[in-house]
Amino acid sequence: MVQPARAVAASGEKPRLAVWKFTSCDGCQLSLLDCEDELLQLADRVEIAYFMEASSAPQSGPYDLSLVEGSITTPDEVRRIREVRAQSRTLVTIGACATAGGIQALRNFADVDDFIAAVYAHPEYIETLKTSTPISAHVPVDFELQGCPINKRQLLEVISAFLHRRPPQVPPHSVCIECKLRGNVCVWVAHGTPCLGPVTHAGCGAICPTYTRGCYGCYGPKENPNTASLCHWWQEELGAEKVQVIENLRNFNAAAPVFAEASRRQEGERDQE
Amino acid sequence: MQKFLLQADDLDVLIQVIAREGHRLIGPTLRDGAIVYDDIHSVSDLPRDWTDDQEKGRYRLRKRGDGAYFGYAAGPHSWKQFLQLPRRPVWRAERDANGVQIIAIEEMAPRLAFMGVRSCELHAIAIQDRVFLEGPFRNDDYDKRRQPLLLIAVNCTAPAATCFCTSMNTGPEVTLPADLTMTEVMDGDAHYFLIDAGTGRGEHILKQLPLTPAQARQQALAQKSIQHAAEQMEQGPRSFDSSDVKDLLYRNYESPEWELVADRCLSCANCTMACPTCFCSTVEDTTDLTGENAERWERWDSCFTADFSYITGGAVRADTRSRYRQWMTHKLATWHDQFDSSGCVGCGRCIAWCPVGIDLTEELLRIREMENQ
Repeated sequence: MVQPARAVAASGEKPRLAVWKFTSCDGCQLSLLDCEDELLQLADRVEIAYFMEASSAPQSGPYDLSLVEGSITTPDEVRRIREVRAQSRTLVTIGACATAGGIQALRNFADVDDFIAAVYAHPEYIETLKTSTPISAHVPVDFELQGCPINKRQLLEVISAFLHRRPPQVPPHSVCIECKLRGNVCVWVAHGTPCLGPVTHAGCGAICPTYTRGCYGCYGPKENPNTASLCHWWQEELGAEKVQVIENLRNFNAAAPVFAEASRRQEGERDQE
Repeated sequence: MQKFLLQADDLDVLIQVIAREGHRLIGPTLRDGAIVYDDIHSVSDLPRDWTDDQEKGRYRLRKRGDGAYFGYAAGPHSWKQFLQLPRRPVWRAERDANGVQIIAIEEMAPRLAFMGVRSCELHAIAIQDRVFLEGPFRNDDYDKRRQPLLLIAVNCTAPAATCFCTSMNTGPEVTLPADLTMTEVMDGDAHYFLIDAGTGRGEHILKQLPLTPAQARQQALAQKSIQHAAEQMEQGPRSFDSSDVKDLLYRNYESPEWELVADRCLSCANCTMACPTCFCSTVEDTTDLTGENAERWERWDSCFTADFSYITGGAVRADTRSRYRQWMTHKLATWHDQFDSSGCVGCGRCIAWCPVGIDLTEELLRIREMENQ
């Protein structure tokens, strides 16, 4: 849940920025490094106090703005995110892991002990939780930026917004709107390609449909998504198999509540058949 | 019926004349499995011999086999994308020692020409003209694109199954003024256009074309093909009497059908984006990291989003039921009170491009049936 923005900088000093990693692939943090030109501008406006991917000289808190990447999958992470929250005036989660549990939340649909036994020679060394959960399941979050990975333009928009105490322009509408703004021909209607665009949060700029592929839902659910109607049409009119529907719902945002509920419903129907 | 005849082999002459007159010509062309509107440089850019099969949530191209240039129905694009841009900067601002300076965006509008405009689309442009030019909230950016626009209308002889312009009294025959109006005729081995000018600018172009006078037989053939298109739609399942639709919807704010359609509707906004008359936009204000530069952008918006009806405390139309009802009631009923016409021209885009095939003519039928139960 997005909470009202709080003022970032408490004094005339530069706001202090921290970037945190939990269970994740680092791709969203890399989006920040990938900003290149704007990165120098950012370094000018904020003090980059903690960013292990960029600097091996971490500074202690408190921090004005914390960007949090990754999901919570270990007991230690449960403890650590509380510390981060306590040290952060504003906390923004970045990416599908931090906002929905990420691809590693596939464990939520199975028994994690089976995975551990199958993968590790010495399972006794592994200390992990049965689920992968978003940051918001553990601490209050001020803003969630969705996407796998996040869009660097949107990241800059969010940072700019928090620096200047205005609401970020990150519309929660469908990918379809991005397609239409670009003048794309709808791959669903014109080609019969199953596409998650109508239930997926905008932000990527409709990359996949622009290259005549269906949307994979990397940006997670949009506001007010109707997965039931989408799944029905995929199967009845576009000829998608149930397994394809489930696989598409269970990608990077598998544990986002709306997608998780839809995939479980599909699974339940499959078991009945 | 148009008085002059242009051989199909000379169609490129028309295209080159329009370009020579300094227009950027936009027309139908093939892209990604659809007939879209884009730049036309020569006759080879046109979708010759292509047509479309359309149904609820479905659009497929198919060869015609007769070599017609304009033998298709309304596709995914409408002309509004060139007049009311999907995104445009409104102004930018800079902060300096004297405070904040607002800087106007000075951009020359291209002198556009649209080729292949259907009667329903002329009506759609006329509706947007009323919204942007005649109301109290004039849109200067629309105006500067609209003023130099050259309209080359082509009578529709190939409606899709999703078309219902005859029910909305907007076609298929061109009745509104256009600079040039054409009818494509496939006459045995002969292939030609009947053409006439409706304005002085059209006359000026007409004079530069290799024309012959049209014969009565050729005019009758052209009329017949338009008549055939009209009959096709009138006999189709989407033909309905629209005369009492406004009152019908005003009586049915609480129809159970709104709940049922909301079960299917994705609130994805495709219908409103594809609609040639939907005109809503929002503005996005942004700053850069320094806070020294700000910009205001206008972008298409849709009544199907939560942001659209967001006021302090939340979205007024939080659920799909209220959003669909808002869209359809505005389009077909309250539009009459606001702009003295329906907001629907019967092009069928919202039917074909709805991913889950919601059909507003079917919804009207159901609302009527439920009222009578």
